[in-house]
Amino acid sequence: MKTFQGRVVTAGCVTAEAVVTKQGFNTLASLQMALQFGDKDVKCGDQNNEELHGKPLIGKALCLPQTIGSTTGGLVLYCACAMEKNPACMLFANHIDSLAAAGAVLADVWVDGVSMPVVDCLGEEFLEYVKDGMKITVKENGVVEVE
Amino acid sequence: MILTQEQQAILDGARGETLAKVMKTLVMYGDAFEAEKLVPITSKYNHLVTSFGLKVMSPVYDLMQKILDADVASEQKFSVDPRPIDKNVPANFLQNFVFNKFMYTKQDFYEKQLEKLGLMDKDAFTCTCYMDEVGNTPKKGDVLSWAESSAVVYANSVLGARCNRNSGIIDIMGSIVGYVPYFGLLTDEGRKATWVVKVQTTKKPEAQLLGSAIGMKVMEDVPYVVGLDKWIGTELDDNAKAYLKDFGAATASNGAVGLYHIENLTPEAVELASALIAEDAKEYIIDDAELERVQKNYPVVWKNPDAKPKLCFVGCPHLSLEQLKTWTVNIEEKLKENSNKKVSIPTVFTAAPKVLEAFEKTEYAARLKATGVITSYICPLMYMNNPLCKKMPVITSSNKLRTYTSAKYYTDGEILDILTKGGK
Repeated sequence: MKTFQGRVVTAGCVTAEAVVTKQGFNTLASLQMALQFGDKDVKCGDQNNEELHGKPLIGKALCLPQTIGSTTGGLVLYCACAMEKNPACMLFANHIDSLAAAGAVLADVWVDGVSMPVVDCLGEEFLEYVKDGMKITVKENGVVEVE
Repeated sequence: MILTQEQQAILDGARGETLAKVMKTLVMYGDAFEAEKLVPITSKYNHLVTSFGLKVMSPVYDLMQKILDADVASEQKFSVDPRPIDKNVPANFLQNFVFNKFMYTKQDFYEKQLEKLGLMDKDAFTCTCYMDEVGNTPKKGDVLSWAESSAVVYANSVLGARCNRNSGIIDIMGSIVGYVPYFGLLTDEGRKATWVVKVQTTKKPEAQLLGSAIGMKVMEDVPYVVGLDKWIGTELDDNAKAYLKDFGAATASNGAVGLYHIENLTPEAVELASALIAEDAKEYIIDDAELERVQKNYPVVWKNPDAKPKLCFVGCPHLSLEQLKTWTVNIEEKLKENSNKKVSIPTVFTAAPKVLEAFEKTEYAARLKATGVITSYICPLMYMNNPLCKKMPVITSSNKLRTYTSAKYYTDGEILDILTKGGK
């Protein structure tokens, strides 16, 4: 097991299985079709992301450098949370970007009963170490355990 | 974050629970970026990214309703991204059925919400709100609460306004309280270039391809582009602005660029030149081979990669008036050259309603119509979200549309050839 200390963007505790992308996560391209047409697994629809395309995202610990793409990204993430179709947590190697931050904050302030802990600044080593399927535990203080 | 007394009072609920939650959202958003304060929005109008009444987005409409019910909507009026449907755009019975019965069933409801929230006018639906005909053109130095990635990057880079790459919903929340968190592209430091991009091509680079290459390389960083003025000049005329509109949209969608500087051309680059370049800025050289490599690496997601295209979209982001005129002339000339009279596949040129209105008043409108090209105010991306449209072989010269949909990208020149050569 390895432990990483990040910065808490929205707090919470969760344990989930990792899905990992080393390239920017395009929120709109990844989630729009799944949300629109009720894919219960919320499979990633981003054809430009070979690491994630077709993989289920719901309930997973999404490990990523940052999000990219359309500025609908934050509201798409907010909708995913409001519909309970969100990843279990989002773990950023880099500093969080403005779209992901918006989505995380909107969900935290405006959605009752849904928790999606978001931690950033976990470092490049985190993204080098973590692999698909690893067990991730996120703690309230931004500690992330990977095993 | 240090708040003024007024801001703190709002956060504490002095003006109601809903406004307190709006303020809390902005404060938390700013805290994520260590923003020290909130600063006033100074633009005349706002611009929202959410234009679509998509059934699945009901959490957004519920939130908007909370704002309306609490009577806290902003006095700042706004434009909004393009409408998602237009009956002028070809669609078969089943595609229309999916559009009208499954996808955009909340469109009328949402447009009524937008009117109540402060829509500029019924035709203020476009991603290019900054066009003269539309009238939402911020001044240099204006602080904005916009979303829409292509509009934000244009406002920052070409107009010299100051706006972060805000998300949808955050855009309207800033406008409601009248403040945005001070960080990133609002600050002088955040506007410094951390990349120097050297354009060393042997011909004018395709705007949407160059933007794509830069976006994928620099991601959310700020590039300072050297050598492009050789091809597009040192004046921000209509041609240069149209080029930068398309270039910027590609940098924003293929990466996450919110601001770029073009040496000798964009306002801050003209004013500050190399003083805009941060210490230890990285370098990226773009030549013909690099652009070719980028284009060749785009995935083709059509089931049959050799399928005959069934539809072509040009105008994502929406075309300018001059672009509509130029396309008209180019298509006419190429059709004549190839001894054809009409474009070989259904083709839709998209532009803002007000731009289309101006275009209709010119002689070019009838000439374009005679070539078989359809004009529309639609958002092509919203059209392509229909899974039945996604299965169609659609071509486009928009790198944004390529990024988010199954549309296949060609350069403007390649599109022109495909449209005008017919079966030859």
